[in-house]
Amino acid sequence: MTSQTLAKAPSFSFRSMFMRDAEPGLKTSGNEESLSPDAPAADSDTLVSFRQVQKSYDGDSLVVKNLNLEIRRGEFLTMLGPSGSGKTTSLMMLAGFEVPTSGEIRLDGKLLNNVPPHKRNIGMVFQNYALFPHLTIFENVAFPLKVRNEGFREIRYQVDKALEMVQLDKFAQRYPAQLSGGQQQRVALARALVFKPQLVLMDEPLGALDKQLREHMQMEIKHIHQQLGVTVVYVTHDQSEALTMSDRVAVFNNGIIQQIDKPEVLYERPANSFVANFIGENNRLTGKLLSRDGEQCVVEMPYGEKVIASAINVGEIGDPVSLSIRPERVVLNDAALSVQNRFNGQIREFIYLGDHVRIRMEVCGTHDFIIKMPTSQFDSRLREGDVVPLGWAAEYAHALDPV
Amino acid sequence: MTDTTLSAPPLLTVDGTPLKTRLRHIERLNQFKSLLLILPLIAFLVLTFLAPIAAMLVRSVDNPEVAPVLPKTVAAIQQWNKKSLPGEEAYAALASDLTAAKEDPSQLAEAAKRLNMEIPGFRSLVQKTARNLPMETEPESYKTALVELDERWGDPAYWHAIERNASTSTPFYLLSSLDMSVNDEGEIAKAEPDKAIYLEVFARTFWISAVVTVVCLFLGFPLAYLLATLPTRQSNLLMILVLLPFWTSVLVRVAAWIVLLQSGGLINGALETVGLIDEPLELVFNRTGVYISMVHILLPYMILPIYSVMKGISPSYMRAAISLGCHPIRSFWKVYFPQCIAGVAAGALLVFILCIGYYITPALLGGPKDQMVSYFVAFYTNTTINWGMATALGALLLLATVVLYAIYNRLVGANNLKLG
Ligand SMILES: Nc1ncnc2c1ncn2[C@@H]1O[C@H](COP(=O)(O)OP(=O)(O)OP(=O)(O)O)[C@@H](O)[C@H]1O
Ligand SMILES: [Mg+2]
Repeated sequence: MTSQTLAKAPSFSFRSMFMRDAEPGLKTSGNEESLSPDAPAADSDTLVSFRQVQKSYDGDSLVVKNLNLEIRRGEFLTMLGPSGSGKTTSLMMLAGFEVPTSGEIRLDGKLLNNVPPHKRNIGMVFQNYALFPHLTIFENVAFPLKVRNEGFREIRYQVDKALEMVQLDKFAQRYPAQLSGGQQQRVALARALVFKPQLVLMDEPLGALDKQLREHMQMEIKHIHQQLGVTVVYVTHDQSEALTMSDRVAVFNNGIIQQIDKPEVLYERPANSFVANFIGENNRLTGKLLSRDGEQCVVEMPYGEKVIASAINVGEIGDPVSLSIRPERVVLNDAALSVQNRFNGQIREFIYLGDHVRIRMEVCGTHDFIIKMPTSQFDSRLREGDVVPLGWAAEYAHALDPV
Repeated sequence: MTDTTLSAPPLLTVDGTPLKTRLRHIERLNQFKSLLLILPLIAFLVLTFLAPIAAMLVRSVDNPEVAPVLPKTVAAIQQWNKKSLPGEEAYAALASDLTAAKEDPSQLAEAAKRLNMEIPGFRSLVQKTARNLPMETEPESYKTALVELDERWGDPAYWHAIERNASTSTPFYLLSSLDMSVNDEGEIAKAEPDKAIYLEVFARTFWISAVVTVVCLFLGFPLAYLLATLPTRQSNLLMILVLLPFWTSVLVRVAAWIVLLQSGGLINGALETVGLIDEPLELVFNRTGVYISMVHILLPYMILPIYSVMKGISPSYMRAAISLGCHPIRSFWKVYFPQCIAGVAAGALLVFILCIGYYITPALLGGPKDQMVSYFVAFYTNTTINWGMATALGALLLLATVVLYAIYNRLVGANNLKLG
């Protein structure tokens, strides 16, 4: 399956086909319905806002602790986090299938707390696709239009367009059980988009697919998002999926958003140790804060070595600090002479991975300090057991909260 | 698309036999092995299930009484024109047969009893004639002599009755079960109104079964839904309550219903105390009692298949439908219910089939007008020892079941049968 059709299709036609102008009724800032009348007026760029939302199922523990989140119109926002961190719960509150214990959720400025889910006009894609097994693909995609009492010809036209968009127009008369997992997920996508919702929610839609298909579908979803300009809130616990697809990623843990930003910022400037460890690979060194000077600080290692690092999330002088250094930011031998932090390390192991080599070293008391080096720059004279100089720039050593 | 596999040579195994032959051989061997494993079960089923059913079907058309006792008569009336009386040779044969039959009075009695089913009074005619045979002097004409002995021998109807029993198989019982009989002209005709009771009994049986099935469906469907959607702990408790009736014997439960429902019973007492009624309601020994207790007994058979189907329906279907803008109630009908059809059909089929064979509950809790087909089967087996009628009614019930199953199969497909 190729995305040729997608590439050739003029994007403006899809946009006009699938983007409904924001309904005037939804545009009102809805002051009279507002829980707190003095709530700041919604930014016209903001489509969804969570304000101090909390959720508890059992009354003992909060699954969502204090969710404040603004989702911009037309953006692809991903909620990323480990299992049980409250992503699905947040999404379900937005869709209306769970009720927030406190706080307010707004869609296009309109308070959602008392709007039943079937009136929210939010498309949803589920992990198990949730295609209705007793209906054909055509009837499945036509379902939201039939519910809205669209005319027969209009339905036919829209469904054909939607199926064409996901390249499944030939399968219209089949039943869901006769399609592969990837095809079913595309039908689910078409069904969630065909009624032109301004917001589409996806809860781990690719979780059931194998790796190759998943990567293919990631691109396809991303292209469709770009063409339609629809706002997407996407849930996953696969970090590479989040980094590939999203405009912004909200990293969840323990019911709290740890950091929300563009993928490259999350990777290059993690706000705390959780984000640093959860996203990408990471060398962690623990020490004590020795001094601090604005953006920079000095951290003392257990054996007395000092590391100059950028102070992102540190406490008082003398507090424990966790240093995070990305493996690809560490340099060896001559290159190490020009960086602020210089040490000696002993090579323990080489792992050859084709495009790059991973070198496991013993540095500053840790035995599994990893260095990643493109194969082209790898010095083949290095041997296991060699002691070599290595180092990293202060800006690439992030001083964060201790784990 | 080009098909290259068409011209490809068949795949061979190392020793040269085609792969397909080899596979088939291995498959057959495996089938044979698994067949050996279930051999005891098959033997058990044949002996206790298939053989009795076959015997029942045979017996419903079996007619062993008359033909062996009157062999010559049966042979003689083959040439009979069936309009006037038979000729002299038939009368002579009858006299000779009856004389010979006196050797074995019990067999003669059986034959007389069988003929009596055709025409009331035939038994006494046979016995009386046999008593007067052989005649002291060989009469010139047996025809005149027998008609003189009893004028009924001059009525062709009695000869028709013998003729209908000339064969050792008969449609008599099956036709009687449907309120029909073969008349003297050899055509199938409706039985006289005073003998026609079985069609009404069948209609009543199907009606009661249909009512019980519908009530079970209306009570069972919401309960099954509750079972499938409640949190595990509550649903387990509810499930125990549903299954509780299974652990008590039907007789005990019927007795309990009598205690509850009778005019001085708990329910009437409670209603009177509350002041809702002035005089006791007739709740038992009539149709109401039959309905109440049959619904109670059969409800689990409706709930379990529906529950097992509902359990497999992910809640995300309903959520998907609602998120697409469909009202929750409409979503239930459009999306959830169609997926339960297999369970509903299985439950309804099960309850209906169990119902049409029900005996003990109507017998104990119903009045004379509430008895179902099984009651008559029991009556003919235990009271009048009429195996022909008992098996014919049974065979018709079996037929009804098979027809129902076939309809179900056409509508839902047997592969979708989900029984818990
Ligand atoms: N209906 C429910 N009743 C009670 N507790 C629930 C319910 N749904 C979720 N929880 C609990 O809430 C917490 C968060 O669940 P949630 O489904 O939001 O996690 P998640 O981030 O989506 O995880 P995953 O990646 O595994 O899907 C979990 O500890 C879970 O046990
Ligand atoms: Mg989840």
